[in-house]
Amino acid sequence: MAVTSRKVMEVDQAVALIKSGDSVMVGSFGMRGYPAALVHALSCSPVSDLTVISCDLGSPGVGLGELLTMGKVSNLIGTFYTKNSDVMDAYLAGKVQIELIPMGTFAEAVRAGGVGVAGFYTATAVGTELSKGKESRVFNGREYLLQPALRAKVALIKAHKADAVGNLVYYKTAQNFNPQMAMAADLVIAEVDHLVPTGEIDPEHIITPHNFVDVLIVRTADSWPTTMV
Amino acid sequence: MFVMDENQAKIRIAKRIALDFSQQSKNRDLVINLGIGLPTMIPSHVTSDRVFIQTENGMLGVGPAAKLGEEDPQLIDAGRQCITETIGCSYFGSDIAFGMMRGGHIDVSVLGAYEVDERGNLANWTIPGSKKLGVGGSMDVVSGAKQIYIATLHMNKKGKTKLIPQCTLPITGFGEVDAVFTEYALFRFDNGKMILEEIAPEITLEELKSVTLAEYVVNPNLKTMPLG
Repeated sequence: MAVTSRKVMEVDQAVALIKSGDSVMVGSFGMRGYPAALVHALSCSPVSDLTVISCDLGSPGVGLGELLTMGKVSNLIGTFYTKNSDVMDAYLAGKVQIELIPMGTFAEAVRAGGVGVAGFYTATAVGTELSKGKESRVFNGREYLLQPALRAKVALIKAHKADAVGNLVYYKTAQNFNPQMAMAADLVIAEVDHLVPTGEIDPEHIITPHNFVDVLIVRTADSWPTTMV
Repeated sequence: MFVMDENQAKIRIAKRIALDFSQQSKNRDLVINLGIGLPTMIPSHVTSDRVFIQTENGMLGVGPAAKLGEEDPQLIDAGRQCITETIGCSYFGSDIAFGMMRGGHIDVSVLGAYEVDERGNLANWTIPGSKKLGVGGSMDVVSGAKQIYIATLHMNKKGKTKLIPQCTLPITGFGEVDAVFTEYALFRFDNGKMILEEIAPEITLEELKSVTLAEYVVNPNLKTMPLG
């Protein structure tokens, strides 16, 4: 019997909640663990001028790369765009602005944004080009940089399984930044492979408790044709 | 001067680091993190069962590369290669993966390099004017892991030494390098000094000097690099 949930929406219905100019966090690492149906629908939607906060931007035209190809992005905040040469081209053409942050600092900034911490000090990147403009302070004889927290209007995340109230579990290395982003946005939309009855996921195994999740998108053969990502 | 075939040189470097790991893990668990490329050749030469591989995209207990046809597309390493599990492995988010580094829970990270200088500074994240637009986890790893090993061919593709007096490319981390393993030599850094510990059997000290612009001192107990 089909599981029903008050949080479930159709992909297009959920994407319609995103407006031009919004900041949008998207889970991803190396073309894995990203909400493929949501990203594709957002790429085809009428919005523009998005600030996309994500580790990478997929590959040229593929995955999160589609958002750039379809002209949705004006700002990028992330860590690694080397695998998508379109990003460099768009940057050199003045079409996008980019803030590059070391990956661990990025992950912690998103986590901080989700847990009510305004910023934190890290020793990563001290003295490098990426320390420019950042306040520094010495603790116990070592220099640290102040990194402000990151938050977004909307987070699009990918989980493996949700129950009807919205508790989430993830799958292997597809977890990446998704649990942190689930905490760090005003509106959190989770795309999942499976929706199961509440109570079916062992409470000890839940990674994201349901109060972080606003909307669930359940992948079907129609909403996304591949199980690869 | 003796010149090694590139692939043979990489295997030599991987084997030498694997030997170091086997020795370090004789009486304790050793948690390591590997950069992409040459460093991923190391695990197949490790004989100890107390070496555990962490990958920055959220896994401890990385197994060998997946066999063709047996890949799980959702199970990858930081270089997007399909990998396998080992018994006792675990998965976690990117915040925990990097918290492990910054928090001092990773014993060694092995990375490649564009340049290493005589003060232990490392440049390996970008080349100005290139198509590389990304820092990834390189700076987090370099400042976080307890020991930083550099695994690299002695010369770059233009035939110039990678071991120089002062890095010219953008720095990834300052004074963080603990050891450099090339096909010709093993250097360690101690109190800001670069020390030659081992030299390949096929070359002389003079020859090594001629391909190493960085200033180093020779350990009085200089050894010949063991070739396993």
